[in-house]
Amino acid sequence: MTDTLTPVLTDDWADDRAWTLENYRRRGGYSVLETALRSKPADLIEQVKDSGLRGRGGAGFPTGMKWSFIPQDNPKPKYLVVNADESEPGTCKDIPLMMASPHKLIEGVIISSYAIGAKQAFIYVRGEVLHVIRRLRAACREAYEAGLLGQDILGTGVDVDLVIHAGAGAYICGEETALLDSLEGLRGQPRLRPPFPAVEGLYACPTVINNVESIASVPSIIREGKDWFASLGTEKSKGYVIYSLSGHVAKPGQYEAPLGITLRELIDLGGGMREGSELKFWTPGGSSTPLLTAEHLDVPLDYEAVGEAGSMLGTRALQIFDQTTSVVRCVLRWTEFYKHESCGKCTPCREGTFWLAQILTRLNDGEGQEGDIELLLDLCDNILGRAFCALGDGATSPITSAIEYFRDEFEAGMHTPSAELFPPAASTLFAKEAAV
Amino acid sequence: MTLEATPQADTPVELVTLTIDGTQVSVPKGTLVIRAAELIGVEIPRFCDHPLLEPVGACRQCLVDIPDAGNGRGFPKPQASCTMEVAPDMVVETQVTSPVADKAQKGNLEFLLINHPLDCPVCDKGGECPLQNQSMSHGYGESRFIDTKRTFPKPIEVSKQVLLDRERCVLCQRCTRFSEEIAGDPFIALLERGADQQIGIGPGPDGGGEPFESYFSGNTIQICPVGALTSADYRFRARPFDLVSTPSITEHDSSGAAIRVDHRRGKVMRRVAGDDPEVNEEWITDKDRFCFTYATQGDRLRTPLVRNEAGDLEAASWPAALAAAARGLQSRKTGVLTGGRLTLEDAFAYSVFARVALQTNDIDFRARAHSAEEAEFLASHVAGTGLGVTYAALEQASTVALVGLEPEDEAGIVFLRLRKAARKHGVKVVSVASHTTRGLTKMFGTLVRTAPGREAEAVAGLELDARSIVLVGERLATSPGAYSAVAAAAEKSGARVAWVPRRAGDRGAVEAGCLPVLLPGGRLVSDAEARADVAAAWGVDSLPESPGRDVSGILADVLSGGRTGTKALVVAGVELDDLPDPEAARKALKKAQFVVSLEVRESEVTQVADVVLPVAPMVERPGTFVSWEGRRRSFEAVLSEPNSLTDLRVLAGIAEELGRPIGFRTVAAARAAFDELDAWDGERADAPTVAADAPADDPLVLDTWRLLVDDGRGQDGQPEYHASARRPVIRANAATLAAAGVEPGETATLVGTTKVTLTLPTEVADLPDGVVWAPGNSGTPLTALGLTRGAPVQILRGDAPKSPSKRGTSPQNSEGGAA
Repeated sequence: MTDTLTPVLTDDWADDRAWTLENYRRRGGYSVLETALRSKPADLIEQVKDSGLRGRGGAGFPTGMKWSFIPQDNPKPKYLVVNADESEPGTCKDIPLMMASPHKLIEGVIISSYAIGAKQAFIYVRGEVLHVIRRLRAACREAYEAGLLGQDILGTGVDVDLVIHAGAGAYICGEETALLDSLEGLRGQPRLRPPFPAVEGLYACPTVINNVESIASVPSIIREGKDWFASLGTEKSKGYVIYSLSGHVAKPGQYEAPLGITLRELIDLGGGMREGSELKFWTPGGSSTPLLTAEHLDVPLDYEAVGEAGSMLGTRALQIFDQTTSVVRCVLRWTEFYKHESCGKCTPCREGTFWLAQILTRLNDGEGQEGDIELLLDLCDNILGRAFCALGDGATSPITSAIEYFRDEFEAGMHTPSAELFPPAASTLFAKEAAV
Repeated sequence: MTLEATPQADTPVELVTLTIDGTQVSVPKGTLVIRAAELIGVEIPRFCDHPLLEPVGACRQCLVDIPDAGNGRGFPKPQASCTMEVAPDMVVETQVTSPVADKAQKGNLEFLLINHPLDCPVCDKGGECPLQNQSMSHGYGESRFIDTKRTFPKPIEVSKQVLLDRERCVLCQRCTRFSEEIAGDPFIALLERGADQQIGIGPGPDGGGEPFESYFSGNTIQICPVGALTSADYRFRARPFDLVSTPSITEHDSSGAAIRVDHRRGKVMRRVAGDDPEVNEEWITDKDRFCFTYATQGDRLRTPLVRNEAGDLEAASWPAALAAAARGLQSRKTGVLTGGRLTLEDAFAYSVFARVALQTNDIDFRARAHSAEEAEFLASHVAGTGLGVTYAALEQASTVALVGLEPEDEAGIVFLRLRKAARKHGVKVVSVASHTTRGLTKMFGTLVRTAPGREAEAVAGLELDARSIVLVGERLATSPGAYSAVAAAAEKSGARVAWVPRRAGDRGAVEAGCLPVLLPGGRLVSDAEARADVAAAWGVDSLPESPGRDVSGILADVLSGGRTGTKALVVAGVELDDLPDPEAARKALKKAQFVVSLEVRESEVTQVADVVLPVAPMVERPGTFVSWEGRRRSFEAVLSEPNSLTDLRVLAGIAEELGRPIGFRTVAAARAAFDELDAWDGERADAPTVAADAPADDPLVLDTWRLLVDDGRGQDGQPEYHASARRPVIRANAATLAAAGVEPGETATLVGTTKVTLTLPTEVADLPDGVVWAPGNSGTPLTALGLTRGAPVQILRGDAPKSPSKRGTSPQNSEGGAA
């Protein structure tokens, strides 16, 4: 295991006009595209499989295996859909990646589409990030003009068309089947599975849906080789990823490192906690992953170790909270998010988040009732694994884990408002300035 | 339990054996776990699940534990049993044996109730509510929710008829799925999200937020598992536990749809769909559901009336009225006209009454356009053929060709089944009609564009095979040669043919012999052997052998006024405006020396009749309708009204006064007498071989049929139902409208041969040049304009001209005037 930063996806972010085709090419971008498009699709799938690349969108499903599920004897068209609907609280890796280096994603799209036999690809971008949509569209246009997209790419006979699609503002559309419905112009709600998207996805055709970071990692595997990629990371979690450090650290930002780095190392790289701060709790992969505490500082941040610690690696959205933060208030804010974003399709998530938010509100106000903590845990038990999709499960994670580690703060919610115990101003980034 | 009708498959069903709650059960492959559990008597609670809708898995109420999916591995979390198919060796633990499943279900019910108003004491659904029932059987007794409920202003009108109380809704999507999948009218949809998610009026096909304009909207009320959807008609009228339910059959079309009539203290409160997988599955039209108040209108006849010497109708006792009727008919040549409301038993009584008591074959049930060719077709292809083409057969056909039939308007259940056949089994629907209707689009059908009167050629050109079915409608009587062409095409291809009349009583009337050429069971009047057979059964020496006349013939005979002409009429269930020439009928009734009218309500006929005999509406009597399939659909009386007599009881009384009894007095006896005749194995009629007319050179001809929701008297007393009617329009293609100087969308006036005109908005549709379509009875019956289908017609721009005889002698004039 290596513990130094290894910028691959982020290597060009600091360049002047990094997002241009010219700069991407200067850095070696598209150099192996023609070779890739002249190799056999099955070989490409094999390379990605062997590299050990796992989905970067949270679940960590092996990317090459997902590609191999596409039935190549199915006469229907195949589609590649890139999930760029990044909306998880704390998660902020895909948006800067697409802003700084859109061509990495586009090159990945071309190679991946060819590998799965798709002639049409889509990037479904979160609708609120208009600047990213514009940048992707500009890059897409550049690629078309350079003959990198469209018919007969670089004379190889390969055709790939790419559409940049703007979502309409719903967290649920990051769920892959809801994303497909939304892309088809329907109301974004998760679909019944089976059939799985690999068999009947977009327009009932075989479809691969991958995260931005997964697809953007593909060109490096082809260029540097599967063995190089597999040499990074840990035994079962190969390669490098972007860790997004946010919250009460001195230097929040994107840190690209091989899988398996620890939070302690990342915080050190980020200049430590902010002044006078000490770590209270953190999320390893956004608000849907159970939170962890200072005792987990040395847990290797890969899929397995974080899982063993009782959480999930998720999107590596490391939200760092210090001693000034009320865990009750924090969990309430997240729960309000889930209540607002619940798509409404299934009962446990729709009604459960509505109820949880009200209980947490009274605990946050110091007006909790006898039995509220048990009620919260029981409601979470009635949601977890009972909802239609994983959004419901995700909504329970912060609550159950917060009660596990900080039950006394919830107990305090029976009589004392969180604002008294943890004045909100102290948690703000500019707490000192605000106090003046 | 509700299971879909198993099609009569020839292949053996592949069975899968699994274990549910420790009990082994074998079920057909593809069965959902929730229904497999029903077979061992375990009812898993559910809301979104409905056996006739696609699984959705939205409500999460039916969660069960699956410790073994059949592959040795179990599911770590409870699974929705409404979306999971059985697998060999699967092990399922429901709430009965699994504490995990039980807690999941209880927890889910608690969630469903937090935002539910729990206003059961004032809710229409209270007492028959799946949410209420399942909360009792599978829920916690008490809620832990002490917080603030989400509320909505209540109710909203999804349509004038269907009202929505959003706070009661559990968002199971049954209504939206029904609308989209079954009816094909997706005008309601989910809006908003999270706890604010709600059902609302969807964008509609034009994106404009249209009201819930569906002929089947009432079904959403019935399948709603809570009290969220109610009808304006029934809302706050009754509690389910005060109602008495009686299964019955619809009287509004020939579908034979099963219904359930709920009454309280002698008054019908509502009607709902019955569950009959072979016929209507669980669906009925809004007409079947809401139109039952016609029988309780102020013009209901309650006592017999006899015209006195001063010429006024006067109440009379039954014996006096029956005697008066018999006296009037005793020595007069009489014709019998019956309409579409009659049951099989009544129709049989009229048939016997005409032949035995009146000694005539002058009887005809066709109170509409009719032809001799049609009578021949009915004799050769319909009468006495028993159960022929069925609903299930429609789903197994290769092609279903519709000729002169618009199922959505004229046979709603046939429409639903054809839509299902096309959606699920890829059955090809072809319509020989003037234009592509919304109904045809919803059946994924194709149009064989045909001007009225030209059906014979179009039918000859259809591609049919032995697995095809041809459904013909009664308006083919206006198209010479069409029935003959259908018979020939069927003969050539081996395709099966079924006749789908509009009215509930029509097929029964054919079977009973209410036709001038037919005796009961398809026996021909012209066949001496058949006459002898029937005469023997009826205990008379002989039956009249001279062929009878049809409706037009009988009326013309009255009008001709010759010494040997018809002098008296017995009329039952006939609206004069339904007849092809209502004016002639009015004159004939006036001219007839003696008219006996058997009616439920006052009508134009009762006004001029000499004896008016009130008869029972269907809720007050038993009977049988024969559906278009040839299926006998018997029903019992809903309300007990000893003073309400059936047609056949009244006819028996007159016949006895005449000294020539018909042989039965009760419905049961009539049915037995009809059944005694049984199937006829003697000579049968030949198929008609009428040649089509040469194309006429009329510049503009009329096509028409009646919309499902229109001004028919069977729909009286239902303002909300009528408010949900489709907007009546005049349709023509752009060129035809332009030739008449009419801009699409602006109003135009239809002019026939009388001073009556009809003004409606216009709409462009894909009709052939020179054909204009208008609804048969929306605003004004087209017969009042002197128009029948296929007749020459004019359209004029704008409102009705003051003197149509002078202005607008041709569309060109009108156009010139506008320019």
